[in-house]
Amino acid sequence: MCRIVSLSVFAAALLGGTALAQAQTTVTIATVNNADMIIMQRLSDRFEEAHPDIDLEWVVLEENVLRQRITTDIATLGGQFDVMTIGTYEVPIWAAQGWLVPLEDLPSEYDVDDVLKPVRDGLSHDGTLYALPFYAESSMLYYRTDLFQEAGIDMPDQPTWDQVREWAAAIHDPDNGVYGICLRGKPGWGENMAFLSTLVNTFGGQWFDMEWRPRLDDQAWHDAVTFYVDLMRNYGPPGATTNGFNENLALFSTGRCGMWVDATVAAGMLYNPEQSTVADRLGFAQAPVASHPKGSNWLWSWALAVPTSSDAADAAKEFVTWATSKEYIELVAEEEGWVSVPPGTRRSTYDNPSYTEAAPFAEAVLRAIETADPIETTANPKPYSGVQYAGIPEFQAIGTQVGQMMAAALSGQMTVDQALQSAQTSTERTMQQAGYLK
Amino acid sequence: MRHAKSDRIALSVLGWTVALVMFFPIFWMVLTGFKTEAEAVATPPSLIFTPTLDNYADVQNRADYLKFAFNSVFVSLGSTLLALAFAIPASYAMAFFPTWRTKNTLVWMLSTKMLPPVGVLVPIYLLFRDTGLLDTRIGLTLVYGLINLPIVVWMLYTFFKEVPRDILEAARVDGARPADEIRHLLVPLSLPGIASTALLAIILSWNEAFWSLNLTASKAAPLTAFIASFSSPQGLFWAKLSAASTLAVAPILIFGWMSQRQLVRGLTFGAVK
Repeated sequence: MCRIVSLSVFAAALLGGTALAQAQTTVTIATVNNADMIIMQRLSDRFEEAHPDIDLEWVVLEENVLRQRITTDIATLGGQFDVMTIGTYEVPIWAAQGWLVPLEDLPSEYDVDDVLKPVRDGLSHDGTLYALPFYAESSMLYYRTDLFQEAGIDMPDQPTWDQVREWAAAIHDPDNGVYGICLRGKPGWGENMAFLSTLVNTFGGQWFDMEWRPRLDDQAWHDAVTFYVDLMRNYGPPGATTNGFNENLALFSTGRCGMWVDATVAAGMLYNPEQSTVADRLGFAQAPVASHPKGSNWLWSWALAVPTSSDAADAAKEFVTWATSKEYIELVAEEEGWVSVPPGTRRSTYDNPSYTEAAPFAEAVLRAIETADPIETTANPKPYSGVQYAGIPEFQAIGTQVGQMMAAALSGQMTVDQALQSAQTSTERTMQQAGYLK
Repeated sequence: MRHAKSDRIALSVLGWTVALVMFFPIFWMVLTGFKTEAEAVATPPSLIFTPTLDNYADVQNRADYLKFAFNSVFVSLGSTLLALAFAIPASYAMAFFPTWRTKNTLVWMLSTKMLPPVGVLVPIYLLFRDTGLLDTRIGLTLVYGLINLPIVVWMLYTFFKEVPRDILEAARVDGARPADEIRHLLVPLSLPGIASTALLAIILSWNEAFWSLNLTASKAAPLTAFIASFSSPQGLFWAKLSAASTLAVAPILIFGWMSQRQLVRGLTFGAVK
C-alpha cells in the first residue's frame, strides 16, 4: 500500500513537472549551415539566459535541403518551425501568400532605419517588412595583387569585363597551376545562374519583358553567354561546370585563380590566413560592368522570418529581433572579434571604426550592397524584382533548367545558340503553363 | 587442375579489386575526418598529415550526437520489428496457402517501391500533421516499417518456401494452430533467413534520408539529419562532414561486421538443397 502511495506521489510529481515544463515556450529554428549561423547557434544561450521562459531548438540543414524542407512545411501549414531562415527570393513571394507574420511593431531600440535600405526593400512586400536580415551580401571581384603587380596591371575601382578578359589572358599560367579567372559553372538557379544573370544585366539583357515574355533569345544574352564561355574556356580552370561558390573558394584560397567574381561574404574567408594561403595577396574591386552600368552585382540576404503557422509567434519574434539587433552584432564582436560579425545589414556596423579596421573590405562591401537595386536593375524596364533572379515562384524551376543548358554550353555539349534556343523554348513553356503568357 | 587454380586466383584478384573499390570511399571519408579543413580540400590530396580530433570535437559541440543516434536506433529497430510482425504471418500465408492471386499480390506489393517518394510527400505530410505524428519517433517508425514491408515480405516469402511443407503438415495433424506452427516451427527453422531480412531492414532504415529529413525537425531527427546539418554551400566543410558521417555509419558498420556470419548464412539459406 505504502508503495502504491509513494508511487502515486512520484507520478503526481512527474506530472506536475511536465505541467511546469509546458509553461515554457519552445521555439524551433530552421537555419542554414554557414559560419554566421553556427555562431548564432553558439551564442543563443545568452538569449535563453535572458529569456528563461523560452527554450530554443535548432534544425540546421544544407541550403537546398532546408529550402525543400521549410517549403513543404509552410505550404502545408505544418507548423514545425517557429523561425525560418529564408532569403530575399522567398520573402516577398511567401508574404504575398500570407504565410509570414508581418514585423511592424519592432521596438524603438531595434532602430529599423539603421538596416540598409536595399536589404530592407528586399525583405518587404507592399512596404511591410516580413523578415529581418541576419546578413546580406552582394558580389565583387577578388584578385591576386602579386600576379597583377608582376604583370604591371593597375586595378581600377570598377573594371569593365573587356579589361577583365585582357588581364585574365595576361596572368593565365596553367603550367604553374594558376588560371586567369574562376567563375561559377555549376548548374543551379543560385549557382551559375546567379552569376550569369548579373552578367546578362550588365550586357543589357533581362529575363522577361513587361509582358512576361522570356527574352533569352535577345542579342544581350547571346553576347553575355558567348563572352562567358570564351572567357572560361580560354582562361578558366578545367572542369568548371562542377565549380560553385565552395569549389571556387577552395581554388582561389589555394592560389589557383588570378581573379574571381563572387559573393562578398568570401572576403572574410579569403582574408583569414587560417583558411586561405592568399590572405596577404588579396585585392578586391567592384563587380565588373559591360554596356549597362547597373545590375552587375547581386543582392542576397539570409533573413529570419516567423511563419503564420507557428504556435509561438511572439517568442519567435522576440528571438528574431534579438538575433538581428545591434546588441547581437556587438555580442559577436566581443566573443568572436569584429571580423566575424554578420556583414551587410546595418549602417552602424560600417560606421564603427573597430569593424572597418578589422575588415579592410568593409567599405567595398557596403558600396556593393548599396548600389545593388533589385528594382532598377536592367537596361529596359522589367516586371519582376531581384538582381540575380526573377522574384516569381516559377523561377526556381526555370533557373535550374536554364542553368543546366548554360553548363552544357560551357562544357561544349551544346553551342551557345543551341543552349539559348532551348532555354528560351523551355522558359516560354513554363511561363505559358503558369499562365503568364496567353 | 592448373586451369582451376588460375581461375581461382583470377577470381580472388577480382574479388579483392571490387572490395577495395567499394571500400575506398569509406576509407577516404574516415581519413578526411582526421584532417584539417584546408588539408581536406588540398589538391593533390595529402596522404601524410598530422591527424587531428578537432573535427570530432566541433561536431559534438554543435549537435548532440547521442540524441540523434538514439533516434536512429529506436526507429530502425522499431520499424524492423513492426515490418516483421506483419510480414511473417503474411509470408506464411503466401508461401503455404497460395491462391491464384498470390503472385500478383507480391508483384503489386513490390511495385509500391517504384513510386518516387516525393510524389506522396505532401499527402503524407498532411496526414502526419493532422494526426500529430510530425517530428515523432513513432511516426518515423511507422513510415519506415511500411516502406520496408514489401521487401521484407518478399525475402521472407522466398525463405519460407524453402521450409519443407511436410513438417508443418505433420504439426497440423498433431493439432497445431497456425500461430503455433509459426512460433514453434517456421520461425526457428528459418531463423537465419529472418535474421538476414531483419538486418537488411535495419540497414535500410538506418540509411533512409528522404523521409527522415522531411518528417522530423528537432525531436525525432535521426543520424541522417545529423549528417545533413554539416553539409554547407558556403565555406569549407568536408572534414567536419566526414567526421559526422564516420560517427553516423560507425554503429551500423560495427553491427554489420558482428552479424556478417548470420547475413551470409541467411543469404545462402536454402541455396543448396
